[in-house]
Amino acid sequence: MTPLVILATALVRWDWIARNGDEIWLRTQQHLVLTALSVLLGLVVAFPLALAAIRYPRLYGPLLGVGGVLFTIPSVALFPLLGPFTGILTRTTALIVLTIYTVLILLRNTVEGLRSVPADIREAAEAMGYRRTAQLFKVELPLALPVIIAGLRIATVTTIGLVTITAVIGQGGYGQFFIDGFLRNFATVTIVGIVLSVALAVGADLLLLLVQRALTPWTRRTA
Amino acid sequence: MDTEDRVIEFLGQLAAWFTDPMHWQGSDGIPTRVFEHVWYSLFAALAAVAIGLPIGLLVGHTNKGGEIAVNISNFGRAIPSFGILVLAFALAGFGYIPIFVAMTALGLPPIVTNSYVGVRSVDPEVRESAEGMGMTGWQVLTRVEIPVAMPLVMAGIRTSVVQVVATTTLAASIAAGGLGRYIFDGFTQLNDAEVVAGAMLVAALALLTEFGLSRLQLAVVPRGLRHHAASAALDAKIGTGMGAG
Repeated sequence: MTPLVILATALVRWDWIARNGDEIWLRTQQHLVLTALSVLLGLVVAFPLALAAIRYPRLYGPLLGVGGVLFTIPSVALFPLLGPFTGILTRTTALIVLTIYTVLILLRNTVEGLRSVPADIREAAEAMGYRRTAQLFKVELPLALPVIIAGLRIATVTTIGLVTITAVIGQGGYGQFFIDGFLRNFATVTIVGIVLSVALAVGADLLLLLVQRALTPWTRRTA
Repeated sequence: MDTEDRVIEFLGQLAAWFTDPMHWQGSDGIPTRVFEHVWYSLFAALAAVAIGLPIGLLVGHTNKGGEIAVNISNFGRAIPSFGILVLAFALAGFGYIPIFVAMTALGLPPIVTNSYVGVRSVDPEVRESAEGMGMTGWQVLTRVEIPVAMPLVMAGIRTSVVQVVATTTLAASIAAGGLGRYIFDGFTQLNDAEVVAGAMLVAALALLTEFGLSRLQLAVVPRGLRHHAASAALDAKIGTGMGAG
């Protein structure tokens, strides 16, 4: 790996980076917006699904099964498969596909997280007179939060990687640097894309870790 | 024309694409593209197993460098395989080498991490009693740790191979063959039927690989451990962010 990195660094034309701040910023925005939208949409879809799966455990197996099949289909194939319905080269298609991937990760972690709440805590909450909804939001959800946020981190990092593929269907983002890098046979652009994509993933991951620490201060003692 | 008419018309174009004899022969025919896709993936997957499995098992057995083995999978998820492929192209030029390098690198993390976690998950008491019975380190590894780790090891291999098959689709983006050819050519020629036909073929190959490997997994995992196999497979898949292709 190291010789590869040295070789790659030697290939970088730093003046290109200096001259193309605008494009780099544009790609960053596109990448961020697609990632944020699909992770948020994923949360919005996965949360009620998770509640339904806990309430009706029979739903969970089939949901995971369907999710597993969709997860196996490569994104570059899933974009076109939605084409006849939402158009191949549209942002809607990109968002739907990205959301499908995030839903499966978030669904699983939300269900596992909520299920991991010890039975005695649940009983104690009931005995204290919590109603079902209040118990969910005030007792079970906070306790499940570390597992849910762990899922959110995986979903976010995975999505940042997947968004590089959406450039193929004309949605820009860092993946556009890979397409340009190939078409112009210009390694600098490709390397810029890889470095920024990894940096964004690592940065988002750390940010979510900090959010988790802030929201669940009680986990820090054991961690 | 409303949406329904458009979909029906499109299905007609799709059927015409698949029944066109031109698409079943020659260097751009489906058999050739499937063959290319399979061998591109196969050699990279084999290399990933050949490199990743000994590393994961050894790190698990000696319990040294474990953190690296786990982090490699987390870090691997953040690396865009599309970018690595194009970078490998910039360094190696046209041909199979950049595909081989990028796909092997992509296939490594799930195998290393899963075989490491698999060996570490062996109950310490089981390991101690194996040692107490006078087994050598090698015997403990091959007769106790590997069989017990088998569900996770196989789950890792399955994830890795399916990921490689899926991502090999992108080989077409650096002017190589494989089933991605239809998707990328369809894009440049504005031929939606060809794009969707290619996508269907890629999806079918990925699902077939997944199914075939799940059969293999059942056959290889010791009978007493089989109930672990299914959930291990899903963990491996989601844990490593499958679909990153």
